[in-house]
Amino acid sequence: MTTQADTRTGTARGPAPAAPPHTRQAPDGTAAAAARLLPAAVPVRFLDDDGGAAPEAERAGYTAPTDDMLVEAYRRMVVGRRFDAQATALTKQGRLAVYPSSHGQEACQIGGVLAVRDTDWVFPTYRESMALVARGLDPVEVLTLLRGDWHCGYDPRATHTAPQCTPLSTQTLHAAGLAYAARRRGEDTVALTFVGDGATSEGDFHEALNYAALFHAPVVFLVQNNGYAISVPLARQTAAPSLAYKGVGYGVPSEQVDGNDPVAVLAVLQHAVEHARAGGGPYLVEAHTYRIEAHTNADDATRYRDRSEVEAWERRDPIDRLGRYLRDHGLFDDETVAAAHEEAEALAGNLRERMNRDPHVDPRELFAHVYAEPTPQLREQLGWLEEELAAEHGEEQG
Amino acid sequence: MAPTTMAQALNRALRDAMAADESVVMFGEDVGRLGGVFRVTDGIAADLGEDRCFDTPLAEAGIMGFAVGMAMNGFRPVVEMQFDAFAYPAFEQITSHVAKMRNRTRGAVSLPLVIRIPYAGGIGGVEHHCDSSEAYYAHTPGLKVVTPATPADAYSLLREAIEDPDPVVFLEPKKLYWSKADLELPTRAEPFGRAAVRRPGRDATLVTYGPMVPVALEAAQAATDEGWDLEVLDLRTIVPLDDETLADSVRRTGRCVVVHESAGFAGVGAEIAARVQERCFHSLYAPVLRVTGFDVPYPPPMVEHSHLPGVDRILDAVARLQWDDAPDTRFLAGVPA
Repeated sequence: MTTQADTRTGTARGPAPAAPPHTRQAPDGTAAAAARLLPAAVPVRFLDDDGGAAPEAERAGYTAPTDDMLVEAYRRMVVGRRFDAQATALTKQGRLAVYPSSHGQEACQIGGVLAVRDTDWVFPTYRESMALVARGLDPVEVLTLLRGDWHCGYDPRATHTAPQCTPLSTQTLHAAGLAYAARRRGEDTVALTFVGDGATSEGDFHEALNYAALFHAPVVFLVQNNGYAISVPLARQTAAPSLAYKGVGYGVPSEQVDGNDPVAVLAVLQHAVEHARAGGGPYLVEAHTYRIEAHTNADDATRYRDRSEVEAWERRDPIDRLGRYLRDHGLFDDETVAAAHEEAEALAGNLRERMNRDPHVDPRELFAHVYAEPTPQLREQLGWLEEELAAEHGEEQG
Repeated sequence: MAPTTMAQALNRALRDAMAADESVVMFGEDVGRLGGVFRVTDGIAADLGEDRCFDTPLAEAGIMGFAVGMAMNGFRPVVEMQFDAFAYPAFEQITSHVAKMRNRTRGAVSLPLVIRIPYAGGIGGVEHHCDSSEAYYAHTPGLKVVTPATPADAYSLLREAIEDPDPVVFLEPKKLYWSKADLELPTRAEPFGRAAVRRPGRDATLVTYGPMVPVALEAAQAATDEGWDLEVLDLRTIVPLDDETLADSVRRTGRCVVVHESAGFAGVGAEIAARVQERCFHSLYAPVLRVTGFDVPYPPPMVEHSHLPGVDRILDAVARLQWDDAPDTRFLAGVPA
């Protein structure tokens, strides 16, 4: 069996062997190894708050994405924000049961899915509707759960996208297991898992970092630190210097990035994905961003934060910053902007039209996918439900 | 035919399943070189490869969530939770994801995985090592819940669990690990959803499963001295439940006692009793009675014998089944103040 392996990359099959206890590294070596895992002292950025060039040192050695990639990111961010606004409006009209907005987090939402291939897997939380639409999933399918239906709406196998996950951080372990399974088969699939700042307090997040590191699973953990877990600010969530420092204890290389700088987000994520794909194991990226809207439509953010704070973040808007950068570099013109907005309006109009049709949800299907084959008890209960439905139908007819 | 313990039968089932299907992998705490604290995976890592049977960090939610991801991507993981109560950190993964993935994805993603859990007491274990946690899992739609009582069933049910397209919680009665039977492996018994009549009888039905099956059989043997011919029904799979065999038996005998080791309140016995009275009310000569552990945290070795249902407690219940139309007086006085 594989026991002698490169300890940096593990083996294609099986877990990497652990170092025996008697080979403990000297403190000097430990410190150096730890230093290689630590994030930059300040969040990596390419753009200043207005979209001008940030000082070279703040790029921390990362390579900028291609111009084409940045133009594409701009287009998808404009469309993504319009989608988000439309979903929020549909919620107010009663067409969605609930909607957690990602307004303000466009650089992370779009940067995340642009950094991976279609064949890679994405493990989203409930706040990633925009990312999934940017990934090319049907917006109506993406909103299936949020409009009150019983399933995730899309086919995870066909889309390489796990169901949007409500229990916090639980999906990070699935990402680790799935990525490890792919690697055992010699595939170069990477799993990208989204997670929020509050969810980094959950045990599963830590277990996932540990498992991914030990088993050299190609997973990228993208922590969108948007400042709040519903109402609880980050200062009440952790005493860590920043969330990116949570990687070092597990042997996971980590980075922190300005989450409202689309150039930096893409630069760091592309590096992280390449690191994982090349066999380097997991990578943790903390993106400092901000949730412009309340937690969901059901939340009232005025109870826990000042308008001035929101306005300060609005001045660092990721779409505006990237727009200025692209314009300064002659990478697009008014026509490109107009085309992006036109596409966004078309998507919103289509979404409105389709979401305003009453969906037909058949309660009988609730019994179809509990098990591969319904148990005798489920078949019996389905019969009872059908009798009730027939009786209701009879009353309507009568 | 050779004498085989339940632990050996389980070991053989794992080996045979892994030999038959490359995608079957076994992992958990101490299951590699050590072979598991109960030696159920003894020698498997050495014989089949350290990538087929491997140790994980001490983190049960991690074991479970990692297995979910692997099962989403072509593997058939069999995981071991070292002890019943040690599985609780994985409870969220089990109830929110393992049980629901097929449903949440409208059938697109199934999770063919097995959660092996040594469970229940009677072995002098200290606290947190002897829980009977079957009701938690049986109450969760999407899980199958299986518990063998014989070495032959241990082999057959584990093979079936690994082949099943749905997640299976496989509860191994600790005190039966060393119970023996003469058998030839491989062997296949009745499939999931079929209870086994371990002893046919005419006068009353003892319904039980897992660790209490041998105790119920002993009680039935002792009952012959009193002139009672008791049927013993081993459920084998709590989910799916064999309502048909259960109702057939009680309609024949007209009397029913449910026996299990776990606390009675909101336990599997409550479900069985309810189903029996729903389906067999007009055949019953007496209320359905339950013989269970008390509603106390599982007690330490020095007093566990007072907690565990034994032959006497079972026979006392059988005696209260209104043989001479004399009403059962136990519950007439009401709740003590």
